[in-house]
Amino acid sequence: MLKEHLLLSKVTIDFPTPSGPFRALDDVNLSIAEGEFVSLIGHSGCGKSTVLNIVAGLHQATSGGVILDGKEVNDPGPERSVVFQNHSLLPWLTAYENVELAVKQVFKNTKSKAEMDEWIRHNLELVHMEHAMDKRPSEISGGMKQRVGIARALAMEPKVLLMDEPFGALDALTRAHMQESLMEIQNELRNTVIMITHDVDEAVLLSDRIVMMTNGPAATIGEILPIELERPRDRLTLADDPTYNHYRAEVLTFLHERHSRSAA
Amino acid sequence: MTEHIMTMFHNVRNGWVDKMMRYLVDIPYQEKLNGLAKSLLIPLVAFGVFLVLWASVASQIKTSLGQVPGPVQVWEQAITLYDEHVAERVKEQAFIERQEKRNAKKLAKNPDAVVKTRPYTGKTTYLDQIWTSIYTVLTGFIIASIIAIPIGIISGLSTTIYKAINPLIQMFKPVSPLAWLPIVTMVVSAVYISDDPLFDKSYLNSAITVTLCCLWPTIINTTVGVTSIDSDLKNVSRVLRLGWMTNVFKIVLPSSIPMMFAGLRVSLGIGWMVLIAAEMLAQNPGLGKFVWDEFQNGSSNSLARIMVAVFTIGLIGFLLDRIMLSLQKMVSWDKSAIIR
Repeated sequence: MLKEHLLLSKVTIDFPTPSGPFRALDDVNLSIAEGEFVSLIGHSGCGKSTVLNIVAGLHQATSGGVILDGKEVNDPGPERSVVFQNHSLLPWLTAYENVELAVKQVFKNTKSKAEMDEWIRHNLELVHMEHAMDKRPSEISGGMKQRVGIARALAMEPKVLLMDEPFGALDALTRAHMQESLMEIQNELRNTVIMITHDVDEAVLLSDRIVMMTNGPAATIGEILPIELERPRDRLTLADDPTYNHYRAEVLTFLHERHSRSAA
Repeated sequence: MTEHIMTMFHNVRNGWVDKMMRYLVDIPYQEKLNGLAKSLLIPLVAFGVFLVLWASVASQIKTSLGQVPGPVQVWEQAITLYDEHVAERVKEQAFIERQEKRNAKKLAKNPDAVVKTRPYTGKTTYLDQIWTSIYTVLTGFIIASIIAIPIGIISGLSTTIYKAINPLIQMFKPVSPLAWLPIVTMVVSAVYISDDPLFDKSYLNSAITVTLCCLWPTIINTTVGVTSIDSDLKNVSRVLRLGWMTNVFKIVLPSSIPMMFAGLRVSLGIGWMVLIAAEMLAQNPGLGKFVWDEFQNGSSNSLARIMVAVFTIGLIGFLLDRIMLSLQKMVSWDKSAIIR
């Protein structure tokens, strides 16, 4: 077992509503090792995003907390960079300038101008966006925007990379392509990643562990499924792999039999 | 360099000629007619109808100052006003020349003689009044914008400050400029005391009154623009731990530019209306004073001359708005957005 890196301990959150506090998450406990790729899966509204936002520091847990490398997380910071679902690039900046904003903020005291420039270019190359560096978000496709979003998050050299349904808004083909890219990058950088998804195949293909969440209110972790598949993984070979299909079936059973949404 | 300019010129001309040729040859006759009708014919016809209606209604009404002027009389007065301006300039030129000659003669007789150069004090012409009004409104508007945009940004970013100043804004917003005018006049004459004043008091009075009315729409719109920034972008700023200034300049300002400009345009429109009223009431130089003077003058041409002023005021208001629009287009990041 790798050393403990990120710990979610008894995380509970209540949101105030006019009719009293609403408990969104109840007693979420999770330990993530360095370099591990963890997916959070569950029905919409089960609080996956809330978990991610608490790790990011955008929300504060009502009780319990998040500990990263022995330090409690209280506010947002670039060591826990986020890839948002809707890319959230600044529309008035080019791809290069979007990444630059992050790089300047994180490395203003440690890198020279030339080093920063090189680092920005390196990260854009990593996501295969070097050809569109000077384009604004409105001039590139959805998949490309998300690539720049990932480049921006990676360029912060985060301890944990948080991805909130990063490919949810993309079409199936682009999504597959992006998953390949992400695996390739992950193979190289070995980041600690928490990714939210509602796509079972994506979760099995990319993760070391899949965290399945029960439905809200008071959602919590229902089951954790370790995915012991050899890396690098190939989508086409895995399609016929019995182990892969077993994992898939297990997640589907969890989602659709034991925790199917009553309201859906 | 010359070559560069030549190619540029060539390109421009070519583009233009190309467009003309395509227009004449490629586009079918019917489409050509439609395009022309939409862009030119319809507004022209509408304007013609307006002139005919105006002429026929005007001829029916008699006032104590004579007939209400129709388009023809108004046009004549516009020409007259221009001629008066030209004549006044000729007089001024003559005055300056006479003065210079006299001074030169004096100096030739006695090199130590003290010569005086007096400014020309002829009457202000219609074009002078227009110019006074334009720079007065711009002064007031710019001062207001310099104050209002930062306040709008701060109150958009902080709920506490918004809650603190919102009641004040809501209370002062509906106040008529003319209620401010006496206070401004008294304060300016009490505070602005100088032997060699840089500005006329009347200019300051008008400009400050304009400022007081231009503040509110800009503050309100900027606040709304800042508060309605996409929450994802706010989160990006938080994750990056952007400093206050970086946050304002990289995220807040660019995303609130459309709303800010909506406010600025409303402000400038109000400022222009307010200025004319203030000039009429306070007899401060400008188009408003011209209208009032003509009204008091009561000659048979007065109504036509006032009509000229009405059209001038409207046209300048329209031009000011167009200038703001092109400014907005220049600074806006979203070049594809339709801005009206």
